[in-house]
Amino acid sequence: MAVKFEKTGDGAYMLDVQGYVCPHPQLYTKKGLEKLKQGEILEVVFDNPSSGESILAMCQSEGNVIVSQEKETGKSTMHWHIRKS
Amino acid sequence: MTSLPCNTVNVDTPPIAVTEPRNVISAFVILGFFALVSLGSFTVDHRFIYYSAYLWFGFIYGMTLQYGRFCMASAIRDLFAVGVPRMAVGIMIAVILFSLVSAFVTVAGKSTFHPSPIGLYSVIGGLIFGIGMVYTGGCASGSLYKTGEGSIAALLVVLSLAFSQVFVVDAGGWFNHLVPTAWTQATVAQNLPGVITPTNGWYDQFLAGYVWNLTAYTVGELLGFTNAIYAAFIGNFLINSVIPAALILTAIYMHWYRKAYLRDNQTEYMGFRTELAGFWSMVTASKRTAIAGLVLGIAAGLHMWVMDGLQHRLGITNAGDLLKGMGFSGLSIQDTVFDPGYFYITTQEAQGAAWVVQKLGINVTDNIFFGLDNGVPNPLLNPVLWMSISLVGGSAVMALLNNEFKFKMPTLEIATWAIFGGILMGIGARVGLGCNIGSFFAPVTNGDPSGWLFGLGMTVGGLIGVKFFNWWIGRKMAKEMAAFDL
Repeated sequence: MAVKFEKTGDGAYMLDVQGYVCPHPQLYTKKGLEKLKQGEILEVVFDNPSSGESILAMCQSEGNVIVSQEKETGKSTMHWHIRKS
Repeated sequence: MTSLPCNTVNVDTPPIAVTEPRNVISAFVILGFFALVSLGSFTVDHRFIYYSAYLWFGFIYGMTLQYGRFCMASAIRDLFAVGVPRMAVGIMIAVILFSLVSAFVTVAGKSTFHPSPIGLYSVIGGLIFGIGMVYTGGCASGSLYKTGEGSIAALLVVLSLAFSQVFVVDAGGWFNHLVPTAWTQATVAQNLPGVITPTNGWYDQFLAGYVWNLTAYTVGELLGFTNAIYAAFIGNFLINSVIPAALILTAIYMHWYRKAYLRDNQTEYMGFRTELAGFWSMVTASKRTAIAGLVLGIAAGLHMWVMDGLQHRLGITNAGDLLKGMGFSGLSIQDTVFDPGYFYITTQEAQGAAWVVQKLGINVTDNIFFGLDNGVPNPLLNPVLWMSISLVGGSAVMALLNNEFKFKMPTLEIATWAIFGGILMGIGARVGLGCNIGSFFAPVTNGDPSGWLFGLGMTVGGLIGVKFFNWWIGRKMAKEMAAFDL
C-alpha cells in the first residue's frame, strides 16, 4: 500500500499512511502540513499507534489544531482532521 | 467525532475505550502461556526459576515499553524530525529514576552490572546504530515491543539485527584487513585458545587487540570514593546520571519546548519562576512516558537484585553453570553463556540467530563473542532469550488490552528499510558492545560514562538519519503525489 496525498475538496486534503510505521506517518504529516495554507484541513489516516502521539505533540508544538479524532470500530486505523493554524 | 484543539488537549488521556472481549481473552491466553512455561519448567527442574526470573522481568519490560511507547529511536528522531521532545524527556526522567534505584542496589552489594571500557568505539558504534534505528523506526527494545503490537516490520528489524551481528562477529578473510597490525599483535599476545582462531576474524582482533586494553570504570571508582555510599550516590547517581540528564533536559526545554510554552501560557512573565513552571510542564507533559520510566527504573533495579539473589541461592556465577548442571550443551569453551543479570537486548537475539546458522552447518563458534564468552545455546534454553520473548508477549498483552494490537504486513519499502536499518543496528551494536539498552540505558544509570559516549554517537547518528529521511520523503512526495504541488 503506497502513501496517498490527495486533494479531497476545497481546502481539504487527505494523507493516507496506513501500513507505515514510525517515522513515516509523522514525517509525511509534517511535510503535508507545511504545504497547506492557514485554515485548510488535512485528514491523516494511519494505523501506527505511536505515530499518533508524535503527531499530537507536533501539532501542540506548532499550534495546529486537531479538529477531530476518529478510530475505526474494532480496528487500529485512525482518522484525524488537522486544521493548519 | 470529538473536537480536540491541540493547545488544550492532554496527550495522556486518550478517549476511554472498553477493551474488546476477544482482546481480553487473547491477553489472558498469552499470560497463561507464560505462566504455564514458568510453572512447567519449575516442575521439571527447580533451577529453571532462574529462567523464570528473566521471563517475568521481560514481561514487565514489554508491558511498560508498550504502555509508554518507550523508544530511543522515537526520542532522538522525533526531536530532530518533528520537534517533539516528549520521548527524549521521558527517557531522561527514566535515566534519573533508574540510576537512583541502581545506586541503592549497588550499595546493597546486589548489583550485577560491570562497566564497559572507555573508548572511541562507543561513539562510532552508537553512530552506526543511531542511523540504523531511524531507518527502521525503532531501537532494539522498541522493535521488540512493536513486534508485540503485531508489526511484522519490527520483527524483520529484530531478525536483521540478530543475523547481521552473527556476520559481524564471525567475519574473517578480507575483513581481517580492516584492523591495524598493532591490534593483531596485541591479540596474539593475549594467548587465546587456538580453537577461537583469534587472528582470523576482525571482531576478535577488535576485542582482544583493542577493547580489552582499554580501561573500564564507574564514575564512583574514577573519583576514588572509598565509601560505597558516596561512590554510588555522588559518583554514579549524581555526577554520571542526574547532572548530565538535567543538562540535557534544560537544553531540550530551551530549544524545543520554551517557545511553545510561553506562546500558550500568556500570563505575566515572572522570570525564573515562569521558566521553572515551563520546565515542570515539559517534564509532566506526558505522564505515560514518565510512568513507564518510573516502572522501568524500579523493575530494572529489582531485576539486578533478584538475579544476584538467585545466583547466590543456586550457587552459580553464570547461567552456564545451570545448563552444564542440567546436561545441556551450547556453552562457550569457558562453560559460560550470555547472562548479564539485568535488562539487555541484542546479544541474546544474536545467539538465537547463531544457533540457526549453526544448524545450517556453518561454524560460528570460532570467535571470542560466541566461542569464548557467550556460547550458542538452544534458543529454548537460553535464559536471556526468554526475557526477549516474554518482552514481546508483555507488549502484546498491553497492546491487546488497549485495542492496539494488529498484525501489520509491511510494504516492500518498509520491509527494505527495516532490513537495511536492522543491519546497520547490528553492526553498530557489536562495534558499540550493545544497543540502546546495553550500551546506553544500563551504563548511564550504573555510573558507567561509556554509556554517554554511545548516547552521543547515537544522537549524531539519529540526526544524520533524520536529515536523510527528510530529504527522501520530501523528494518522494514531490515526485509521486500531484497534490504536493499545491
